[in-house]
Amino acid sequence: MSNYSLKAVDLSKNFGRRLIFKNLNFEIENCGVMGISGANGSGKSTLVKIIAGINSPSGGKIIHSSDGKEITYEKLHNYIGFVSPYLVLYEEFSAWENLDYFAKIRDVKFNNDKIEYLLNKFLLFDRKDDLVKTYSSGMKQRLKFIFALMHSPELIILDEPTSNLDSAGKDSVYKIIEEESKSSIVILASNEENDLMLCSKELKLENYKNNK
Amino acid sequence: MSSKAYALYKKDFYSELRTRYAINALVMFIIVAISVILFSIGNEKITQSLTSGLFWVVIFFSAMSGLARAFVSEEERGTSLTLHLIAAPSTIFSGKLLFNLILVFCMNIIIAILYAALFDSFIIKNFALFIVSFVLGNVGLATASTIIAAIISKAGAKGTLYPVLSFPILLPLILTAVQLTLLANQGASFGDAKFELAIVFCYDVIMLTGSYLLFDFVWKD
Repeated sequence: MSNYSLKAVDLSKNFGRRLIFKNLNFEIENCGVMGISGANGSGKSTLVKIIAGINSPSGGKIIHSSDGKEITYEKLHNYIGFVSPYLVLYEEFSAWENLDYFAKIRDVKFNNDKIEYLLNKFLLFDRKDDLVKTYSSGMKQRLKFIFALMHSPELIILDEPTSNLDSAGKDSVYKIIEEESKSSIVILASNEENDLMLCSKELKLENYKNNK
Repeated sequence: MSSKAYALYKKDFYSELRTRYAINALVMFIIVAISVILFSIGNEKITQSLTSGLFWVVIFFSAMSGLARAFVSEEERGTSLTLHLIAAPSTIFSGKLLFNLILVFCMNIIIAILYAALFDSFIIKNFALFIVSFVLGNVGLATASTIIAAIISKAGAKGTLYPVLSFPILLPLILTAVQLTLLANQGASFGDAKFELAIVFCYDVIMLTGSYLLFDFVWKD
């Protein structure tokens, strides 16, 4: 179990004069699955991007801590695994080359055994040397899971993780979420009921849109 | 520069070899620009100061056609989110700067060789001064172009915004580099060029420091 904690304090986000959410507070520690639900356009992706440090909130803050120490923005990427439909990997490289470059840029050891295990688990091992541009959308989605898990992150953020996946792919994702949530924090943004059934805690974004 | 930045540079280098995103545009621009200058000059003899100016005009516009690609290609392909997730902003800027530095040096060495071969009035009498000013000018050009590319990559009209934003920022560098190239062509000593060398050196230091400080804000949405 990790000693990771994630805390949102009075988080709010506006795009111009349009309020996305406000007064959002939550805290999650060590491990478990927290769901984020809401209708299309309710701000699920915006919230996960703010949690991942990609976007800035309009107000409030997100505090990431590991072993009681606050993690700085400079080092945050080492603790986070992220999967989403709008994440794009380098199509001119093969899956293996992509993962190799990611490990080098992150300056983490390229763990051959772990990568091969993940490639087998997501049924991509036989296609690991093919260029990503030749992959189907489902295969690209599975590769994103390997990208998210290869460095054993303590916080895994999944935005609509089962989009583009067939039923076998969805089952692998559910198994992975169950496995990873024993040792890491998993944040799952989705509208799918089956996805949200895995969550021990759910954040409904429509509850944070009150302008008063 | 850290091993992470070098790894990012290598990723960009091999990506460039496969996609030819910047190289093709740069090579075509250099050939077209030098050909147009040669055709317009015809049999006329041009002065050393005009040759020095035209040398940096070609460098400036070639840089405009190629250097923005470092960030614009990531934004257009949608891979900038991936970069966010694998590296700190300082690593990303260092990696992209290294890529642009090497691209600028390769591009400008080719332009200098073509100039020396094709223009009779482009005779360098103080080679050491030319090399020093060439290196300092290229460092300034690559640094300024990299941070401007990061700024415009988030904008809608990237193509037009890049030269428009670059012109006022690069103007002091280009004017001083033109002067330094003229001095090197005339055979002036380092003592004669110390004022211009100090300007270019200070420009490089300010641009490098400012870019590293600014990049965090530019990179985070």
